Amino acid sequence: MELGFGSEFDAFRTEVREFIKAHWPPADGNLKSHENERAFVVAAIDRGYMHRSIPKAYGGSEQPSDIVKAEIIREELTKARAPSGRIPGNGLVVPTLLEWGTEEQKQKWIAPTLRGDIVWAQGFSEPNAGSDLASLRTKAELSGDGSKWIINGQKIWTSHAHKATHMFCLVRTEPEAAKHAGISYLLVDIRQPGVTVRPLVQMTRQKEFSEVFFDNVETPTDMLVGERGKGWNVTRSTLKHERSGISSMTWSLSMFRDLVKLAKEVEVDGQPAIKHPRIREELAAIEGQLMSLTYSTYRATSHDVHDRDIGSFQTMPKVYMTDLAGRISKLARDIVENDFIDMGGERLKWIERFMISLSMSIAGGTSNIQRNIIAERSLGLPRDKSQGATA
Amino acid sequence: MNFLLSEEQLALVDSVAGLLRNSCDPLHVHKVFDTPGEAQFDAGLWTALCEMGLPAIIVPEEQGGLGLGLVDLAIVAEALGKVVAPVPFLGHALATLAISLGGSEAQKAKWLPKLATGEVLGTVALCEGKCGWMPDQWTLSGTSLTGTKTLVPNAAEADLIIVGTSDGLVLVEKGAGYTTARLDSADRTRPVDNVTFEGTAAEVLPDGLVAIPQLIDAAAVLLAADSFGGADHCVTMSVEYAKMREQYGQPIAGFQGLRYQLVAMALATEPSRGLYWYAAHAWDAIPEKSSHAASQAKAHLTDTYLQVTRDTVEAHGGIGFTWEHDTHLYMKRAMQNWAWLGSPSRHRMRAADMAGW
Repeated sequence: MELGFGSEFDAFRTEVREFIKAHWPPADGNLKSHENERAFVVAAIDRGYMHRSIPKAYGGSEQPSDIVKAEIIREELTKARAPSGRIPGNGLVVPTLLEWGTEEQKQKWIAPTLRGDIVWAQGFSEPNAGSDLASLRTKAELSGDGSKWIINGQKIWTSHAHKATHMFCLVRTEPEAAKHAGISYLLVDIRQPGVTVRPLVQMTRQKEFSEVFFDNVETPTDMLVGERGKGWNVTRSTLKHERSGISSMTWSLSMFRDLVKLAKEVEVDGQPAIKHPRIREELAAIEGQLMSLTYSTYRATSHDVHDRDIGSFQTMPKVYMTDLAGRISKLARDIVENDFIDMGGERLKWIERFMISLSMSIAGGTSNIQRNIIAERSLGLPRDKSQGATA
Repeated sequence: MNFLLSEEQLALVDSVAGLLRNSCDPLHVHKVFDTPGEAQFDAGLWTALCEMGLPAIIVPEEQGGLGLGLVDLAIVAEALGKVVAPVPFLGHALATLAISLGGSEAQKAKWLPKLATGEVLGTVALCEGKCGWMPDQWTLSGTSLTGTKTLVPNAAEADLIIVGTSDGLVLVEKGAGYTTARLDSADRTRPVDNVTFEGTAAEVLPDGLVAIPQLIDAAAVLLAADSFGGADHCVTMSVEYAKMREQYGQPIAGFQGLRYQLVAMALATEPSRGLYWYAAHAWDAIPEKSSHAASQAKAHLTDTYLQVTRDTVEAHGGIGFTWEHDTHLYMKRAMQNWAWLGSPSRHRMRAADMAGW
């Protein structure tokens, strides 16, 4: 059993640190500029520090799999607040293209996606197709000459749609076929007439999600990924990539660090909250749960690398993290007390987190859907008959 | 990073689990548990485990042991916990560690080879009063001990007792003049005694004082590992029962209410495996993190285990509430793991101190 990075990685860390120092912050000091970010990402790919698992032929840096190096790079990028090269939608479409795309599609789409020249939105959910995604109704029909698809319908809960240039979406192409068999996976340029993006205001007052309406929107037939009517299979690999233990762990760790900081800053009954027995004990209890998630994730990752079966933990990180995030934001509430209701005050971030922690129980598969997946895949319980295809 | 068990460790667990499958099935544990009179450990099973080399795991090679680490001992504790094995493993392993960490060369040479084979049975006396598990609460002192230690595992049968005192650790041999009173404890798989010393002769372990935190941390890790094994088995047992038991014309596993209860049990249990592994690994390799990790593991795992045993009874319905079913063996083991060495709440406060909060 070995947890540390080992001294053989010290030189690698120094290399990464020097590379970042030479490229970030950018010479003109403009941290928000898309050009600066792009230049950094391109240099990092070139150096082998980003998109390491993607072949060079498709614009990746094609490095041997090494979880320790990947972790060092992630840590150093975070420390320097340098661009991570990760854009949520893009991280979902690239693995799908690698698995299902034609050679032409891989050549055309992956490299600009990795550089951030193309930004993808996900078009899966619809007003009447949430957890039961396969009941979606947005339809695509072939044009008379068979050269393009014509799309009509509505998508919802699309993150960052206003920033996206393209969408990967699920549409019904075979209206006569059975529920799961009539769906295709299409790529669409959403900067074209007929596409309407209407932002939704969340309970946090932020506008992260949108509704996206399609009114005779066109996309060429070579934008179909996988076979026609086989989109359900294609999308299962996308959903697989959406559930990663590492990201759950990283997110929870940073939220917990903020919580400890808050508990040291704020006074409760005349002493720092962290010294207050009620808060101190709950903080330690949360840490116990966080350590469980962290080290089981290390275990799972190590098993993955050595081709050993991860076992039942595989399906668990998302709902575990959701629970943890709720518990963290509730303890923050107990610490800030009256500031908990003042959205104009200094604790706005924690009020938002109190709400955002709920969105985790919904986005990317609700917690109840996750529980169904754990029940079937990890515990081997018989399938809930009312749900049709496997979770 | 390589956070996984080695081939040798997997083989070790396999062989222990194999022996337990043959010699420690639930019927056998019920039989030991239900033997009239004061609770006793299963001498036959303990002998078989000693012949397999269990007590030798943590003994250095110079004294005839295997010279392995706490990770190795903890994965064995998990296997024992899984079948609620009625053996004096915990006290014996801790006494062995205490001598190995705090003993003089002469003490090590005298005792460790015999502890490694199981020829001599050891135990530890730590607690005083209702919950005086930590060294700053220990009042016994010197080399002529007077006072009472509580919840000492198998003190009546032990050949030597390592006693925690205000000056460090001392060794008391059988026959040195002390009385034991066996508790009518819920967990009859691991009997405990209150031990009263009256001017009892004791021998100092020269490095005992510095060894105390390591001893407490190792105890915490072994309890956490035993708890993981037990909780994991309770999840499996409940899932299997739900698949088999039919009501309303179908297996009850088909009902979403119960499915979500089973998922909650699995979600509480499985991720905690990484925590007890880490605490064992920290004890072996990251000493500055060891006390914090050990207390976190003890708190989280024993808390989880006890709750999971409650959920297990619920999942089984009426049959789960009976004496003849396995559920109560696990719940009572979980109760002892919860209380022994201090409650989860106390260990969370210790972890908070260790974190420098």
